[in-house]
Amino acid sequence: MPLTPELAAIRFGYGLPVAEGSPRTAAAMITFLAGPDEMAAAWPIAGMEVLGPLLRDNAEARRIAGKDPSQRHLYEVIEAKLAAIAEAGARATLARALDARDALRERLVTFWADHFTVVAPAPRDAARPAAMIEDAIRPNLTGPFAEMLIAVSLHPAMLIYLDQAQSIGPNSPQGQRQGRGLNENFAREVMELHTLGAGAPYSQDDVRQLAEALTGLTYDPKRGVKYDTRRAEPGAETVLGTTYEGESPETVRRVLSDLAARPETAAHLARKLAVHFVSDSPDPALVSALEAAWRQGKGALLPVYEVLLTHRAATGRTLAKARQPWDYLVAALRALGVRGADVMVWPEKKLREVVWTPMRSMGQFWRRPRGPDGWREEAAAWITPQALAARIDWAMNQPQRLARPLPDPADLARRALGDLVPEVVIWAATRAEKRSDGVGIVFASAEFNRR
Amino acid sequence: MIARRQLLRGAAAFACSAAAHPFLTTVTLAGSDGGNPLGDHRLVVIILRGAMDGLDVVLPKGDADFARLRPTLNRPDALDLDGFFAMNAGLGGLMPLWQAGQLGFVQAVATPYRDKRSHFSGQDQLEAGTGMDVPLTQVRDGWLNRMLQAVPGLRAETAYAVGREELRVLAGAAPVHEWAPETLLELSPQAALLLEQVYHDDPLFLAAASEAIELGAPEMMEDMAGAGGLKGVKLDDVDKLVRFAAGRLREETRIAAFSLSGWDTHKSQARGMGRALMRLERAILQLQQGLGADVWGKTTVLAMTEFGRTAAENGSGGTDHGTGGAMLVAGGAVRGGRVFGDWPGLAEAALYQRRDLMPTSDVRAWAAHAMQGMYGFDRAVLEGAVFPGLQMGGNPGLIL
Repeated sequence: MPLTPELAAIRFGYGLPVAEGSPRTAAAMITFLAGPDEMAAAWPIAGMEVLGPLLRDNAEARRIAGKDPSQRHLYEVIEAKLAAIAEAGARATLARALDARDALRERLVTFWADHFTVVAPAPRDAARPAAMIEDAIRPNLTGPFAEMLIAVSLHPAMLIYLDQAQSIGPNSPQGQRQGRGLNENFAREVMELHTLGAGAPYSQDDVRQLAEALTGLTYDPKRGVKYDTRRAEPGAETVLGTTYEGESPETVRRVLSDLAARPETAAHLARKLAVHFVSDSPDPALVSALEAAWRQGKGALLPVYEVLLTHRAATGRTLAKARQPWDYLVAALRALGVRGADVMVWPEKKLREVVWTPMRSMGQFWRRPRGPDGWREEAAAWITPQALAARIDWAMNQPQRLARPLPDPADLARRALGDLVPEVVIWAATRAEKRSDGVGIVFASAEFNRR
Repeated sequence: MIARRQLLRGAAAFACSAAAHPFLTTVTLAGSDGGNPLGDHRLVVIILRGAMDGLDVVLPKGDADFARLRPTLNRPDALDLDGFFAMNAGLGGLMPLWQAGQLGFVQAVATPYRDKRSHFSGQDQLEAGTGMDVPLTQVRDGWLNRMLQAVPGLRAETAYAVGREELRVLAGAAPVHEWAPETLLELSPQAALLLEQVYHDDPLFLAAASEAIELGAPEMMEDMAGAGGLKGVKLDDVDKLVRFAAGRLREETRIAAFSLSGWDTHKSQARGMGRALMRLERAILQLQQGLGADVWGKTTVLAMTEFGRTAAENGSGGTDHGTGGAMLVAGGAVRGGRVFGDWPGLAEAALYQRRDLMPTSDVRAWAAHAMQGMYGFDRAVLEGAVFPGLQMGGNPGLIL
């Protein structure tokens, strides 16, 4: 059965109704993905081009204030600016999700941002993860995967989060002089999370060899990302049987490209895409088809997405996944007719009360997953008593603040769920004792919370 | 009410899947009563966020250097404990517990975390319970959850993470309930009834909703709306938190964790510390009261913080991020009335990096001894799985 427009929107987008001019078939969705990034242009978000100079100035200001505390204002001004950029980035991300005609692009960006999770809680650092998405993920969304992996691995946000900026070859000139050494954190996560996957046959020795091959790659705010041969571990490294010689950025690219090309990487990512978009326990036939497309295209992502949108195991009517809180809130705001231009001018307090705080109560703290493995996928991790209470509470109370007059609950149910709306939801929504309860029942229903 | 009961009945079929955790070899626990694999003992862990100044909670009045280091924080009104240490008067309401042997402290403790003195990383380290040999980004669970993983046949009700704050200490593969008692799910009976119909065919949603509606119902909230506002300090959130935890602990729950913040006293600590102490005092007294004498008698409360603060006051009457700190232990199951831990002294050469109280024991070792004393865990489980790499050392006799 081919993908229906309703399922296309619910499973692979942010729900119904779709934005005007949205693609309605799998083929059209692929065409959109291959085309220009409309939302990046409509609602810009700062990349390192903007952040870099501010981070450099901030490091300098902190150095000065370290010697002379009366100069604290120097960095306080810059850090306030950095925090404001982070806030604006979060807001623009919401605007993009609400307005996108190719909502699949936004969903894929979320998927890859989670795959390459970076966390930066301090307000002055909080704009970095969004910058990595702008600089490294969005431009490489359709592949090849190796390019995305390399771009992410060379991004300051990643180099800082997984301690690569602190890793020094113990036998390198700097390592010898400072008595410092390897930090394996990044190398381990590249293998375990970003490429091969935890179950793949690699050893602690491979992790260490990869960490040595990556030495030299570093970041500091003053000079940016660079390859510093004085930090690079001398000598050849052997990772998964392949030997890499020479201390240069070329070696870093080569070893990452080779990891991207491994069959274990294809299998790991094929399964992860199927789990994220289709089912917590996906049909093995779907996973194999994705894996085959990945290997045939040597990591080109567009053909993989095409399989994801057309495979019979991905187009069935059973809504197996729970929408994560972010997807849930975007879908509800879309169904209530909230547009990107609206949220761009909401006062900060309203945005917090309608989106960020409820999202946290639903178990998803914006850009703050617990670790580099990102958010959980299983429906049971999201539909807990505590988190579902937050969803029901939002459903019953927030819509009346966002849409006046409130839509008729039965109409809303039909509009938001299309031909997937169960009779019982219409039945219950029309029997509520007030309109806001009826709307609440639609947004609280299992069908609206799944995809 | 009828709607809620119906919803609960509908959900009963799906509740209580006791997951098995193959992570560890199973252990036999002392005191199992057949009903609950953890027996009767209760463990309450309070994470004190913001780095509590241990030297201002349990003041080393007998140390020759103390008065010099703490000119405005010398606290003449502190309450003598043992002739050497005195307790901040802000915890004065706990004096009867001290006298009854149900309150004690550990001085000069720390996690293995050193030098960077960041709240976030320090708290992550405290809750992860691991050493510095593993990057924190690779630790996916907390030590209290790993303890639960070592117990076969547990149900999710055994452990509760209480409050809105994320509690990494309880995160992990073992089933745990989470609830923030301020969650109020106010539904009309009609709306609850309609939701039951809407969720009828989705067991996951039906089970979660029935529990949410039961716990979040306004009538449960009303009897929790206690008195608060002593001397302008907001206490009703503490009361809600603790009364909810106590209510669960009186039933099937054996482990509860929550956090109290407000300890980051960089300036004007003489006043600023009072609010945080009052909330901690309130939490312990409410817990004692809420549990009742029997259950309190089988309870250990461990209140721990990410690190201590500088030995010396700073220029604004406060203290900055340090290393060694203090831990509070309370409950009828502890052998209180004493300050545990080796005292390293405050002479400059005795300080860590000539600035912070030198840690002489590991926070994790005390938690491990508490778990062993109450539940009978093997040392191998505690040192291998719960706190990997920990050396527990000799039994300090923390638990009766």
